[in-house]
Amino acid sequence: MSAELVLSGAIFIGLAIIIPIVMIMTVMLGPRSDSAAKNDPYESGIKHVVGHADQKFSVKFYLLAILFLIFDIEAVFMYPWAVSLRELGVFGLIEMTVFILLLLTGLIYILKKGVLNWR
Amino acid sequence: MSLTLLNVVLAVFIAICFVGANAAYLVWCERKGAGFYQRRPGPMENGWWGLLQPPIDGVKLMTKQLLIPGGVDKAIFMVAPVLAMFPALISFVTIPFSDNIVAHPIDVGVLVIFAFAALGGMSLLVAGWGSRNKYSMISSVRAVSQTVAYEIPLLITTITIVMISGSLNLGDIVQQQLDGFLSWNVWPLHKEVGFNLLMPVSFLILFVCSVAETNRAPFDLGEAESELVAGFHTEYSSMGFGLFFMGEYANIVIGSCLITILFLGGWSCPFGDLGIFPFTHNVGWFLLKIYLIIFVFIWIRWTFPRTTIYGLLNLSWKYLIPISLFNLLLTAGLLKVF
Repeated sequence: MSAELVLSGAIFIGLAIIIPIVMIMTVMLGPRSDSAAKNDPYESGIKHVVGHADQKFSVKFYLLAILFLIFDIEAVFMYPWAVSLRELGVFGLIEMTVFILLLLTGLIYILKKGVLNWR
Repeated sequence: MSLTLLNVVLAVFIAICFVGANAAYLVWCERKGAGFYQRRPGPMENGWWGLLQPPIDGVKLMTKQLLIPGGVDKAIFMVAPVLAMFPALISFVTIPFSDNIVAHPIDVGVLVIFAFAALGGMSLLVAGWGSRNKYSMISSVRAVSQTVAYEIPLLITTITIVMISGSLNLGDIVQQQLDGFLSWNVWPLHKEVGFNLLMPVSFLILFVCSVAETNRAPFDLGEAESELVAGFHTEYSSMGFGLFFMGEYANIVIGSCLITILFLGGWSCPFGDLGIFPFTHNVGWFLLKIYLIIFVFIWIRWTFPRTTIYGLLNLSWKYLIPISLFNLLLTAGLLKVF
């Protein structure tokens, strides 16, 4: 077990060192020049920038993110069930059917509420 | 211990070389493919048939200025490209290329790959947020909601395969598909489950989801050039942009590896093991299969027009998620009935 941990750790550390080196090398190799126009946010060559990064966007994206959390946890919950389905037998199948139908009811409720009506 | 450490160093080195070579030459393939579908030759100038184009592009990217605009959050801005590349490379460690070519076989390999794929989604968010540019911001909001939406049907559809093979280990999943191409999971004839018409449905959902997860056309709403300049990497120049690009192609390779392993029999020979060299189970078949799938990815990209963000999210939440949930339940039922 500890050997496994050391191995995984070594893989992580190896990659965590190698990829940033590429970024550092490009900073070192590349030229360095500066000007006011270069430092502006990109706007297809227009000098006076219209709008900025702090503008509003639809609140529905937040709702979708929260929805994702529920479904993601549910999917991860299903993995151990799927591996041991043969041992769990019919009991496990019925339990999961009830669980999934409850989730689907939730999804249908959310869709009826109009989370995905983009107008 | 020293031997295993050597293995790890070797694995990291080979993974980086494999990803680098693939990313570079898939760009070339992509441009040649685009040329083929649009009746023009594509890159032709550097080397025979433009084959020297990728290394020359690489040198050019390395020696250009990494421009950091005034308003950006520097730390986040610099971390984002690394975050785009890192999870893709890590995922290669668990992928079995053959029964003995695998850097580190992990028992929960499927979950490890999905965990790091989710981390890749974070790089899009961080890049868009750190750039302080309205296009990047809109793009990152879109791209994150897209990866998030398509991750759920991807996860749920993979559960059907996990259920049938009873294992989360990618190597074990392939081991069950070694008797010729009729034993592959994509066919509705499974040796244990019997006639299961749902397997092609699972395959289709997984394929659509992996196209969407890698932010490829027709689902590349994150970098819709006609609306958002270049999306979340608008502000990136030089190798910052290069790492995003390599990360994208590495993700494509991961996606096609996953499709191959879960549905198309991994490294198995389609005719069963005949015992003569090219017709044994070997890494050549695996590479052939993944490059065929990558070709289909490129084909799709240059054939279909881009969807809208609304259509994209509706497709996942209204169709793919309910279908994949029902698919899961029905497959579980079939497994039991048998």
